[in-house]
Amino acid sequence: MRIVKMAGLLLLLVIALSFPLLFPNPAVTGIAVFTLLFAAAATGWNIFSGYTGYIALGHAGYFGLGAYALALMCMGWNIPGGYIPFLLVPLAGLIAALFAIPLGWIALRVRRHTFVVITIAMFFILQLLAYNLTGLTKGSTGLGLPIPTDWSGDFFNTPFYYVALALLIIAIAISWWVRHSKYGLGLLAIRDDEQRARGLGVQTGPFKLVAFVISALIVGMAGAIWAYFVESIYPPVAFDPLFDVAIALMAFLGGLGSISGPILGALILEPTQQYFTLLFSQNSYYLVIYGALFLVVILLMPRGIVPTLQAYWHKYQATRKRDRQRVNGVVVTALPRKNGGNSDDVEKKEGINL
Amino acid sequence: MRIIVEAIVTGLLTGGVYALMASGLTLVFGVMDIINIGQGALIILGAYLSYILEQNLHIDLFLGLLITMPIMFVLGLLIEVLFIRPIKRDRTMLSILVTFGVSLIIEGILNIIFSANYVQLHAWYTTASFPIGGFYLSYIYVFDFLLAVVLLGGLYLLLYRTKFGYGLRASMANRTAAQLIGIDVERISAITFGLGVALAAAGGVAYGATNAFDANSAYDLISRLLAIIIFGGMGSLSGALIASLSMLIIEDVASVVWSPVWASTVFFVLLVIILVLRPQGLFGLAEGRKQ
Repeated sequence: MRIVKMAGLLLLLVIALSFPLLFPNPAVTGIAVFTLLFAAAATGWNIFSGYTGYIALGHAGYFGLGAYALALMCMGWNIPGGYIPFLLVPLAGLIAALFAIPLGWIALRVRRHTFVVITIAMFFILQLLAYNLTGLTKGSTGLGLPIPTDWSGDFFNTPFYYVALALLIIAIAISWWVRHSKYGLGLLAIRDDEQRARGLGVQTGPFKLVAFVISALIVGMAGAIWAYFVESIYPPVAFDPLFDVAIALMAFLGGLGSISGPILGALILEPTQQYFTLLFSQNSYYLVIYGALFLVVILLMPRGIVPTLQAYWHKYQATRKRDRQRVNGVVVTALPRKNGGNSDDVEKKEGINL
Repeated sequence: MRIIVEAIVTGLLTGGVYALMASGLTLVFGVMDIINIGQGALIILGAYLSYILEQNLHIDLFLGLLITMPIMFVLGLLIEVLFIRPIKRDRTMLSILVTFGVSLIIEGILNIIFSANYVQLHAWYTTASFPIGGFYLSYIYVFDFLLAVVLLGGLYLLLYRTKFGYGLRASMANRTAAQLIGIDVERISAITFGLGVALAAAGGVAYGATNAFDANSAYDLISRLLAIIIFGGMGSLSGALIASLSMLIIEDVASVVWSPVWASTVFFVLLVIILVLRPQGLFGLAEGRKQ
């Protein structure tokens, strides 16, 4: 089983690495770059919101901060277009993460649902600052980034593709490490019952803040690469409320709190959005579809695709195993049916806490 | 000095309107533990409904409320029954996302119908003004304020002088206990949500008559309203009232004393300071274990 899994992952990696060679069409690779960036951002968001259960709807602020940080560094240091701006991407992410420390500290002092509202309010403050700090950000005129002139034609998107892929792999690695570490267990304990986690010795405050800052770092780096890719940034585009909804919807669609869920969500949603933008030119129709999709996903499949399919798979395997045992004449014992009442209880408990 | 007095007066008058819009939001939160992110889009929808009535049927803005408020009330009931009631687990978190979805749909539809051009509501009183104590005051600010006073007064009577109000306040205090003593909390929730949306219609007229708006104005509105209810303490009506008055007064004074560009930033900075000192807001309840 383990070997099959590893082989599958390797195959996916090979496909991801060879994608620009198989489909050199710039329209296709352009969509692929956006998809990878959103997958990375959604994975980063999931490290905080998925594992701790605190839904943050202000990460577009860190996306914009990363974008503006890279643009300002390139302008201030007169960096020409080429590979050098990519080296500054981690620095831009760090700047976004630095902002996330005090903001996260303030936001995480309050109750869970107030937290959501505060993150939204903070996002709007950041957007307002981008508009108003005209000396630094040039307000609504926006900032330009260096344009890599030596890359042309089909090759133009390729460096962006591989950098975005690298970011996604880093994000997945961090997400995987967090999920399988003692620290990640602490985060999940916070999601299930914060008071009890604190009682058991989990340092809830620092734990949450660290996760918040890690997710801001990844989202900030995604913002920086995005800014370099789109070449010029404006406050309403770099600080886009739709971005918050987009990454949250991706994580919810794929499966909140799972490693592969946000990536799957991004792979489904981002190409659809790009396709619709090409189709209708204005994105009002897409707003309606996005909103409707949101309602459908949350009302019909609140756990997301990956956990729902996993549940079906486990159920299928359990029934198959039972059938096989029955055929072999083994006396069936200790099946979940007997503990029906008990497992019901567990589910209700989850419903309250999650 | 005179401009400061003028700023305080206009801040007070527009603050009343914001109190009206925020009361719907905070009431719904208090009763149902739901944050209606769609309130901003619903306010804009209300403004557009009045715009349609005014442009096509030439109905006065405030008289038009007699038509738009019931429509919006029913719309609120529908949203509650169709989208919010089915949420079984983790209501607070998921309701935020669901109402965000509703908000996106409304915004998209408004964008498609009206395109992204700014419009403003017009009537004789939106442009006329009268002199008072050395400066001119537009009639519309006074009328908006009166509308807010009338509706908030009506809301007060409903909450504190009727049987429905008792049930509503009981549900606010303790949902489970209210259910146990035979209050139909589901029905009260639906009506409360409808009331919140109906108040959004009134807020929409008041907002649309003083500001040019398009579908994207919803974001500006909801960020201010969220800031107001956090500042005042979520679920507290008096908190929402005081927070909106102080927000608008601070903003208007800051814009004449310092610069209009930085006016809202001043309020947001104040909000952050309040949150550091009192995480639950001015009148909010402190964190407790809820189970």
